[in-house]
Amino acid sequence: MQNRGKISTKVGFGKGLKNAAYSNENLIVLGSDITTSVGVNIFVEKFPDRFYSLGIAEQNTVGVAAGMALSGLIPVFSTYAVFSSMRTLDQIRISLCYNNLNVIIGGAHAGISVGPDGATHQALEDIAALRALPNITIISACDATQTEIATMKAISEINGPVYIRFGREPIPDFTSKNQKFEIGKAQIILNGGDVAIIATGSLVWESITAANYLEKKGIKARVLNIHTIKPLDIESIIKAANECGALVTAEEHQITGGLGSAVAEVVVKNNPIPIEMVGMPDCFGESGEANELMEKYKMNSNAIVDAVIKVIERKKL
Amino acid sequence: MIGKLEAIAKKIRIETLKSLTAAKSGHTGGSLGLADVFTVLYFHQMRHNPSMPDWENRDRLILSIGHVAPVLYSSLALSGYFPIDELQSLRKLNSRLQGHPGRNHGLPGLELSAGSLGQGLSVAVGMALAAKHKNQQHNIYCITGDGELQEGSIWEAAMSAGHFHLDNLITLIDRNGVQIDGSTEDVMALEPLDKKWEAFGWDVFHCDGNNIADLIKTYNKAIKKKGKPKVIIAKTIMGKGVSEIEGNYKWHGKAPNKKELEVFLKYLS
Repeated sequence: MQNRGKISTKVGFGKGLKNAAYSNENLIVLGSDITTSVGVNIFVEKFPDRFYSLGIAEQNTVGVAAGMALSGLIPVFSTYAVFSSMRTLDQIRISLCYNNLNVIIGGAHAGISVGPDGATHQALEDIAALRALPNITIISACDATQTEIATMKAISEINGPVYIRFGREPIPDFTSKNQKFEIGKAQIILNGGDVAIIATGSLVWESITAANYLEKKGIKARVLNIHTIKPLDIESIIKAANECGALVTAEEHQITGGLGSAVAEVVVKNNPIPIEMVGMPDCFGESGEANELMEKYKMNSNAIVDAVIKVIERKKL
Repeated sequence: MIGKLEAIAKKIRIETLKSLTAAKSGHTGGSLGLADVFTVLYFHQMRHNPSMPDWENRDRLILSIGHVAPVLYSSLALSGYFPIDELQSLRKLNSRLQGHPGRNHGLPGLELSAGSLGQGLSVAVGMALAAKHKNQQHNIYCITGDGELQEGSIWEAAMSAGHFHLDNLITLIDRNGVQIDGSTEDVMALEPLDKKWEAFGWDVFHCDGNNIADLIKTYNKAIKKKGKPKVIIAKTIMGKGVSEIEGNYKWHGKAPNKKELEVFLKYLS
């Protein structure tokens, strides 16, 4: 697993849109004033006639997207994840999910790593809020390359609304451009059998780093990349639970209602083994640099190592 | 022509009442008050074809106030989208006629699942913008409530329609003046409505929403005007056609029982 350098996942989202636009003339982008900071400027520069600025009015923008989708277009609505997922929750529920429309929702600046902006702009509840909605697909890819591929696949393959979560902070870009990527199917990145680390988004690389460290200590970890939170790859999770006997979940999101909860829902029904959860501990974030915040709120490789040691202790009991 | 349309409006009222009684719940007042508007739209104004519900060039009706679904269903059934008998399944288990419109149940002619106030106008704006984008000639007709205008998202939608000069969008406000807690002006004042819409870049028209001739005249005037989205502030009487219900906001969210239905049907005939 080679780190080719750090790139923000938002760049992957923008590139994915641009690539998809060549083959799909129905792809339209709706702007909410912050096109450059949410990555869609890459599309807008190339296809200015397929961009509509709707201003700072997210609820209306979701409705407009619904109307466009009902007219055969594929609109993309992207803004900061705090707004695109939660300010608009009722519109997403009724206008998009209940009508089951092909709309791509971009959740930009997701997670605490957006840093100095502070708690208001750190989306840590978006997965929890959206995961309960029928018909929606939720994607949280692990690097820029994968976000690009996921965006293109979401546009060409998925019926119904898709939420794609991505961050601002540049993170290691390591997945192959020719990777096998299937929405709804987890990727097994490392195949150990002592413990499984089930991670999403930026914490997948952190999990690999943790696994490499643990290997030196004699612990062989499996690392699962859950790039699709919904629909969840239940089969891979049960297999990991059965074969490893202990799990650690890792996400840049509240533990409440996020990936950890989703995995626990599966595990308790099938094989209730010990789970430790790495994520935001039911509190708001604060200003700080990304790495400082990830350390303080325990969402990095160190925190994952600690959680693995703890869960392996519980496994022995 | 007017006489013929008035007869259809009466039929819509009768079928609406019958379906509400069968359902034992639902919104009677608003549904009756809009019977004339629905008559004009489905039987005169809109280009649509019940045998081709998905015809791309059809005019679209976006009902933002999903709670008056019974009048929409009656209009669709009488237009020929589905059998009139099916109206009796309103609000029942496994029915295509959900309490608030739900497209996932497969009812032909239904453009939008709606029920949460303040969302329909945005969808109508999206459809009007899409039609402009694709260079299509059809019009989008939207119906909003008046109490619904208290939702902030309505004004986001109004601002965007003005911004894009969506003259293929004609919204009608069901200005019956009442909402569940009482008069709109007591609950949260809306006036001066015309000035508000003008300020948001719309051409504003007034009409009597229970007068078929006036509705036809006003829609004609609105259609001819180009360059801006159009809003018709239609004064209606909630419960119009049944004197016991007229203007009585207690009938906003109540269905007639069998005895009441008998009496009401007599008024109408």
